[in-house]
Amino acid sequence: MDKNRTYRIAVASGKGGTGKTLVATNLADMWSVDRELLLVDLDVEEPNDALFLSVVPEPAQTQFKMIPEWNSDRCTLCDICTEVCNFNAIARMGEYIIVFEELCHSCYACSGLCPTDALPMKPRRMGELQIAKREQFYFIEGRLDIGQEQAVPMIRKVIQTVDKRQDIPDLQLFDCPPGTSCPVVNAVHTADLVILVTEPTAFGLNDLQLAVETMRSMNKEMGVVINRDGIGDDAVQRWCDASGIEVIATIPYDSQLAYAYAKGKLSWKTNSRLREALEEIIAYVSEKMKTHV
Amino acid sequence: MKIAFTATAPDWSALIDPRFGRAAYLMVYDEETDTLKTIDNNDIRQAEHGAGVAMAQKLFETGAQVLITGNGPGDSAMKALNKMSLQIVTGMYDISLQKAYQHYLEQNK
Repeated sequence: MDKNRTYRIAVASGKGGTGKTLVATNLADMWSVDRELLLVDLDVEEPNDALFLSVVPEPAQTQFKMIPEWNSDRCTLCDICTEVCNFNAIARMGEYIIVFEELCHSCYACSGLCPTDALPMKPRRMGELQIAKREQFYFIEGRLDIGQEQAVPMIRKVIQTVDKRQDIPDLQLFDCPPGTSCPVVNAVHTADLVILVTEPTAFGLNDLQLAVETMRSMNKEMGVVINRDGIGDDAVQRWCDASGIEVIATIPYDSQLAYAYAKGKLSWKTNSRLREALEEIIAYVSEKMKTHV
Repeated sequence: MKIAFTATAPDWSALIDPRFGRAAYLMVYDEETDTLKTIDNNDIRQAEHGAGVAMAQKLFETGAQVLITGNGPGDSAMKALNKMSLQIVTGMYDISLQKAYQHYLEQNK
């Protein structure tokens, strides 16, 4: 692949706990035997990929977001800031302006439009970014501090880091947060391909449908992996067939996978059914990469 | 004194809305003039973020000294409400504004 032509795969899901991390960590570790790649843990509220990997981390980098800080001496209580904020992150209670850090999206509107410069932006710590490496395997993780409510600023920082660093492999695997809300949209935003991991249950199907709708609204190319096959019915498979969505691979339910996962161990070397599924995913992605411009 | 209620509909017989930021209406009873003022909260309850904070500011502007509600304001709203002197009465569920006000009077006289 061209040095300046990256290929980014997002592993996502509507429902949580379907096996995003199982697929992402095993796929990345297995594929890195053959080629250089990067795994990114974008589930910044609860990153856990690192538990499965034996990589040597560089020192953690503290990450900041910019939040306005009220200067009462300069403020004329004109209310421009409270009116311009789209997120209700600023309130005026009489003579006090209160900034709600957890609601602020760092958009600078209040700060920039303040006529008396009474809301200068100040950096606030939100979490840490960790980079690690092992031979052909590169790993980056974003981790929000406990109590931080917003995942999006951290997810953006991690993706910016991936974009900026020169030594990052072209093949990139993003392990995304679950759901269909802002964090997911931001995590998959730059992906060339989205792999939606689901399970063959009514919950799995319902949330897959939501995820597919979200990805379609973003014009994302996508395929589905059905994990824990055998625990439910074939409704997911039938819906995918009827909707023109390819089921890339199916991972049969196996309690040994759950045991290994709970111990923080990868299973692709010992579980042939998982390995076959991962091989199918690699073949599918490799085909997509050939036609990628 | 002005007493504020979170309400499901704009009259005395309506049930208390247990939610604070996303209550349907904010009703303010002025004991001196014996009038009940309706504040439609439709704009705030549709907000994706910070409904409680916006409601706190709205409540502040009414000049109410007592708030009668159900679940009670969340952490962010409380941070704002701490800037005013407000008695907050929570736990009023499945009960009309009228009854809730009577309970409040019995407890506070």
